[in-house]
Amino acid sequence: MMNFPILSLIIFLPLLGSFFVFFSRSKNDIGAIYISILTTFVNLLLCIFLWWSFENNFQGFQFVEEKNWISGYIKFKLGIDGISILFIVLTALIAPICVISCINSVKVRLKEFLIAILVLETFMIGVFCSLDLVIFYLFFEAGLIPMFLIIGIWGGPRRVYSAYKFFLFTLLGSVLMLVAIISIYTLTGTTDLLQIYEIKIPKEYQNILWLAFFSSFAVKMPMWPVHTWLPDAHVEAPTAGSVILAAILLKMAGYGFLRFSVGMFPFGSEFFTPLVYSLSVIAIIYTSLVALMQNDMKKLIAYSSVAHMGYVTLGIFTFTKQGIEGSMFQMISHGIISAALFLCVGVLYDRMHSREIKSYGGVVNYLPKFSLIFIIFTLASLGLPGTSGFIGEFLVLVGAFTKNYLVALLATIGVVLGAAYMLWLAKKVIFGQITNDKVKKLSDVNKSELVLLSILAIITITLGFYPNLILDTVDISVNNLIYNYENEIAQKISNLE
Amino acid sequence: MNNISALYPEVFLSLGIMSVLMIGVFIKNSYNLVNKLCLSILFITIAIIFNSLDNSEKVFLGSFSKDKFSDFIKILILVSSIFVLSTTQNFINNIKISKFEYPILILLSILGMFFMVSANDLILFYLGLELQSLALYILASINRSDLRSTESGIKYFVLSALSSGLLLYGCSLLYGFTGSTNYEIIQTQLSDNNIGALFATVFIIVGLAFKVSAVPFHMWTPDVYEGSPTSVTNFFAVVPKIAGIAVIIRFMDVPFKMILSEWQLIVIFLSIASMILGAVAAIGQTNIKRLLAYSSIGHIGYILAGISTGEINGYSSSIIYLTIYVIMNLGAFSCLYFMRVNSSYTETIDDLSGLSRNNPFLAFAFLIIFFSLAGIPPLGGFFAKFYVFIAVIESELYFLAIVGLITTVISAFYYLKIIKLIYFDDNKREFDQVKDLNSSTVMIISCIFLATLFLYPSIFNNIIISIFNI
Repeated sequence: MMNFPILSLIIFLPLLGSFFVFFSRSKNDIGAIYISILTTFVNLLLCIFLWWSFENNFQGFQFVEEKNWISGYIKFKLGIDGISILFIVLTALIAPICVISCINSVKVRLKEFLIAILVLETFMIGVFCSLDLVIFYLFFEAGLIPMFLIIGIWGGPRRVYSAYKFFLFTLLGSVLMLVAIISIYTLTGTTDLLQIYEIKIPKEYQNILWLAFFSSFAVKMPMWPVHTWLPDAHVEAPTAGSVILAAILLKMAGYGFLRFSVGMFPFGSEFFTPLVYSLSVIAIIYTSLVALMQNDMKKLIAYSSVAHMGYVTLGIFTFTKQGIEGSMFQMISHGIISAALFLCVGVLYDRMHSREIKSYGGVVNYLPKFSLIFIIFTLASLGLPGTSGFIGEFLVLVGAFTKNYLVALLATIGVVLGAAYMLWLAKKVIFGQITNDKVKKLSDVNKSELVLLSILAIITITLGFYPNLILDTVDISVNNLIYNYENEIAQKISNLE
Repeated sequence: MNNISALYPEVFLSLGIMSVLMIGVFIKNSYNLVNKLCLSILFITIAIIFNSLDNSEKVFLGSFSKDKFSDFIKILILVSSIFVLSTTQNFINNIKISKFEYPILILLSILGMFFMVSANDLILFYLGLELQSLALYILASINRSDLRSTESGIKYFVLSALSSGLLLYGCSLLYGFTGSTNYEIIQTQLSDNNIGALFATVFIIVGLAFKVSAVPFHMWTPDVYEGSPTSVTNFFAVVPKIAGIAVIIRFMDVPFKMILSEWQLIVIFLSIASMILGAVAAIGQTNIKRLLAYSSIGHIGYILAGISTGEINGYSSSIIYLTIYVIMNLGAFSCLYFMRVNSSYTETIDDLSGLSRNNPFLAFAFLIIFFSLAGIPPLGGFFAKFYVFIAVIESELYFLAIVGLITTVISAFYYLKIIKLIYFDDNKREFDQVKDLNSSTVMIISCIFLATLFLYPSIFNNIIISIFNI
């Protein structure tokens, strides 16, 4: 194993880049753009290198770094396993895409926008690397500041309301998590995640602590009924903001459930499984129905995100190998597909300045390349076999069927509804009669947009045909997670007997 | 034999004050000169304290205690006063209240605070408190041509005199029921059965709560903050708070140590009430000084939460909070000196709108300081709260912790309002280009500190924990 602190480098490289962007002075912010593209791209290469040098068969955490931080009792500890490495690569992949996509679409204060994106990248990668609860909380919360500014400064007409709603909802959820983290510290004497896994939190505290973590992750996920901030935030955020929000920020919660809720509180997780199942099923069916009624493309995709996240929570709490690996797959695939869909909406919005579904129709006649890509992602989103969307949903449903028929049955209805609203969106926007003359004047995707979207399309299809690319990486970590969980539960049952 | 060397800082400070006063009287328009002299006096006093940092002793029949705790608090008071005096010079010259009495009064109140934090005896404590308060009354009304300033001076005087009266009544009751004015003897005499002394405790806590503006004894704060000139508000928001909190900690740690169960509920109530009022009442404010007044009430609530644990960990977390609070407020007030429109200072929050477009650096400073005040990680304010909540939860005061965190969310709302005005809204009024080297230095120091504290958050911990090992 290398001794070089590669994780710290990956985390703080974008932050360093943001300093250079801050002090760069050039006409039209050309310098700032080049610096940001360079930083995010180098970071992507580093992350791919990290993935390449990652040992799939290694038990436990790799690339662990440890430094004294708060008087020796809280350590700055980083490390990755099969679950986190994928999210890090996803983050590093999405960041350059956001930077490139915002060059054309962000008209005012581009430099500040790039700074916000780079700082946000630092915090997001930090969340997935941290092996200490306090460090995790720090990065988890710090992401609010740049995202608040991204929505508030560059957003749409109701940006202030949305930015506030986003900030206060997530903050309220997270402060309870802070209480829980400090309580864990007083209970176990450490906030080091690995030590907590060893020490094990006393059974009688697990339920209440689980709820405190849940309050934070449920808001971030978002789960029904605290999902209402997401459509607002998505609609008002600029394209790059929506992409980051959908692709990565939502995944932090799923990651949190796997790493913290299930890992630290097996009894709590078991106890509250019915709650998570019901909320997930409601999310899947209810938000799919709501998505059917939307007039705004971004809102529709936002509600579809809530529904897709319902599958993720459902899969995690099946505690089966298929379910959890399906959730992982679903998160990665949703990260790519929803990012691409928001970029597609951004392409249309940049040209027409409207997100209303009604104002489009017959786009295929004038934007053939765009339409092809849009259809690919629509089909991927509804889970067509051969795309990454299918594998995730399929595995989650297989996992759910082994645990609870009713829940699985209801979740399957969601698949049908998902097909309904996505096809309906495609029909109204891409096909059909041209009702708006402005559509005739639209120009097809330009080179940079085409390249970005094609890369995402290739990834989607590759993952659809070769899912082992992801499943191999997570396999050992997920096995470990389930093994520990079942061990604990089995002990509890044997104690009862 | 009494060792006078323990009193060197106080002796030097009082001699310095008298000589500077003479200079001020005999030289005309001597404000700038006196200000510089006062700054150098403060610097030398710091040097004197550093010179005898390790000694701790009790002199004058145990009535004056020089220990690590008082040394730390005195250095904190001196450093923050240096920042206040140097940042306010430009402001005072601009609004033409350049009276030489101003820095001298500040020094006098510092002298009073020195005796307050070192006192180990009720009488010395009360004398120090009165010296400090008298100087502060005059400071509040130093702009005598301004109606608001005189009004705030009178208001502060009347209410403060009342609270001093309560405090004195409490002190005399305490003396009556324990037979001594010495803190250590009182500690041994106080017990849960001594009902009369418990009454005295309540009176003393009320008097002290008034001095640090804890709810429900906070009424004067918003008015005095708003009415006084910004330079004086800057001083009020920072330095007397340090002394007040230090005195509360010393009272709780020495004379009232054995009756924790009696005062704990009172302090918890003060803490919860301050946090809630500080968060809720600030929402509707339109004047930034009033807003900062309510914000400081809220912050005092968090500091009291740490004190209410009644343990060394709690006290040290409160001192850490206090230190970070001081740095944040110094930064926040130095930002206010840049709010000038058509060569007059403005205090209206709405005037900040669109600041990020024509003054990005000032806007960025507001961003860091206000997010830090809101306690959002990774900025300094978060760590302040973090340590307090660790102490509170370790003492199993879960209710207090949850109230504290929920008020954090509520108060985030009004801090966000300022950020929103600065970054999201359109420009309404353009600020003058103010060149003020001192204020910008303090602003930059404060921002850099708050933004980089996460690299080494335990920078104060070791020092502060060591000051309690008396």
